[in-house]
Amino acid sequence: MTLKSDAPRRAQLFATCLIETLRPEAGMAVVRVLEKLGVTVEFPDAQTCCGQPAFNGGAWQDARAMAKYTLDVLSKSKAPIVVPSGSCADMLVHHYPELLASDPQYGPLAQEISARTYEFSQFLVDVLGVTKISASDVSRLTHDVLRLTYHPSCHLLRGLNITQAPRELLAGVEGVNMVEMPSATECCGFGGLFAIKMADISSAMLARKLDAIESAQVETVVGCDVSCLLHIAGGLHRRGVNITTKHLAEILDPAPNIQITEEMYLP
Amino acid sequence: MSLHSPNVTFHERVEGALRDEILHTALDRATGRFQNLRVTALASLPDAERVRDRARLIRAHTLAHLDTYLEQFAAKVEQAGGQVHFARDANALNEIVLEIARQHKVQSVVKGKSMISEETELNHALQAENLRVVETDLGEYIIQLAGETPSHIIVPAVHKTKEQIGALLHEKISIPYTADPAQMTAAARATLRREFLNADMGISGVNFGVAETGTICLVENEGNGRLTTTAPRVHVALMGIERIVPTLDDLSVMLQVLARSATGQKITVYTNLLTGARRNGEGDGPNELHIVLLDNGRSRVLGTEVAEILYCIRCGACLNACPVYREIGGHAYGSVYPGPVGAVLTPALGGVAQWSDLPQASSLCGACREVCPVRIDIPRMLLVERDEAVRAGKMAWWLRLGLRVYSVTATHPALFRLATTTAGWGTRALGAFGKGWLKRLPPPLNGWTQSRDFPAFAKKSFRAQYRESRHAELIHLDDNAFRE
Repeated sequence: MTLKSDAPRRAQLFATCLIETLRPEAGMAVVRVLEKLGVTVEFPDAQTCCGQPAFNGGAWQDARAMAKYTLDVLSKSKAPIVVPSGSCADMLVHHYPELLASDPQYGPLAQEISARTYEFSQFLVDVLGVTKISASDVSRLTHDVLRLTYHPSCHLLRGLNITQAPRELLAGVEGVNMVEMPSATECCGFGGLFAIKMADISSAMLARKLDAIESAQVETVVGCDVSCLLHIAGGLHRRGVNITTKHLAEILDPAPNIQITEEMYLP
Repeated sequence: MSLHSPNVTFHERVEGALRDEILHTALDRATGRFQNLRVTALASLPDAERVRDRARLIRAHTLAHLDTYLEQFAAKVEQAGGQVHFARDANALNEIVLEIARQHKVQSVVKGKSMISEETELNHALQAENLRVVETDLGEYIIQLAGETPSHIIVPAVHKTKEQIGALLHEKISIPYTADPAQMTAAARATLRREFLNADMGISGVNFGVAETGTICLVENEGNGRLTTTAPRVHVALMGIERIVPTLDDLSVMLQVLARSATGQKITVYTNLLTGARRNGEGDGPNELHIVLLDNGRSRVLGTEVAEILYCIRCGACLNACPVYREIGGHAYGSVYPGPVGAVLTPALGGVAQWSDLPQASSLCGACREVCPVRIDIPRMLLVERDEAVRAGKMAWWLRLGLRVYSVTATHPALFRLATTTAGWGTRALGAFGKGWLKRLPPPLNGWTQSRDFPAFAKKSFRAQYRESRHAELIHLDDNAFRE
């Protein structure tokens, strides 16, 4: 594979709080994919959460505190920042500069960080120039072909305008059969605290998304946001439907796919 | 400034709407069709994206100089023989219209579609003075017969199926039951024709007022607007103060995107441009034209962080695109203006404190921003209003406290690790019964588990796994070093 000549050799990973706690395997897949592409991964250990829950909830004072903290953590290195989440990347890219616009110290810093922050698929395609990842081990699963559908999460699609990068990457993986679900670009109903505060509406929206996924008759739903994927996974599990959810990086991951077993969750 | 105070809570209205299967049938049929038509219609416009950009610039420019353009508009209307009235609020507007009716000894009124009249509840005010008021837009006519309010800004009866409308017409205007739209329209047309000929006053809305000429533009598909504004001896046109465009050229830009975004038409069946009243020697038209401009909070919104919502040209595309609107319909919002635009506009005009639920009724998916012909960043303004609501003390105490604790935790890495580790133990202990899934979360988080399970935290956090992998690499390197 030939990458762009000016492709960066280092990147800082902002793993996100949900990958940290709920889907570490997605984060490890991101690390392996980046390293396979020759990118040295830095993981600033003091990172926590970007503050989006507070920002979307309207608690902007709290959100500002978390934004400033995260900016401090990320500004220690000059390397570009890779975020394996459309909505968290959107937070860093668009909302940090807005939230801190009138702050003389952090306003300019937010702009500077915004300019070198990329969502994972965007970093691969637009920054590194990856077109095809060939070494996927999807074919080593028990199936010959993995039938999957792609859920374009809202902040990735309409916040960051990333439409093609994840699809191009998936199209390049051997053994993947992409099936389009109906109304794919529609929201799954997660919306952060919306799912709890407006649980009735959120549940109705999720029901439509689950129907669409089921109608596609796939084994896996792939997305670039662990938040939406956990929401969908929770709904599928409640329905007793055996469809898995995976972050894009887990499909691109060159390491053998590890089956998640129950023991891994037991205390 | 109420925009109609709801008598039940937002959540009660939402619950009712979610249970209403007929509502879902009606909404799915209509919003799905409008969305597809919109895409096709915009594809027929060369360089549609640039036209949208231009439309946005026109709206931004107009609102930045609204005082100047309003003065120019009023002067031009008067030059053309019309009369202009400014109404500070809903009551003032109703009183102005009533006074005109009294002066002209009006007994019966026909109305074209006007959201301003819904905002001020003008029909109630007119009927309280024993005036006969008949809505002539077919959708509004249906709503009036049913004794309801519109649930969509351009398709007032969108919440009703054609079968329901057939039953309603059968009951109210005594025609044989039919669910055939053509037959129902013909029956309503015959009834309304008599009303037009007998009316003393016509009340209409206004899509745009053109400052350079004093022209008002009214778009419609049924011809009722043209009859309302020309047949009766007095025409009263109601408009919000923000509905100005500087020139006729600007108007043409707005018209290119309005119908396409609203109904998926390239242009509406009737596009009325009315300048002044009937002039000497003219055979048709009203003897008097009164244009009433309503403020009702709009001038207060100018210059604020949500001022952009006044760019809205009332096409309704954001309602059709909104997954929340599609689930709950317009009435659940409790406001005259429903959907994404209503969720911003209602608190902006009526106060965030009274309408704090509406900005929350969004997953912030951005579908509204994507379809808005003038590219209003609706999600951004919902967020601004959420911030205002929190500062007005409108956030549940547990959420307020929870987010504060979370923010303190997330700005202290050691505390964050401790908290996530503890939460990990907790969720895994609870999830042990559900094989890694929690079937039920305690209040106030139980909304989540209403329809979805919650995963237990991973046994090994990403941080721990990452450290291990680095550690393994180091050992590997050491081994190699040792061998050498």
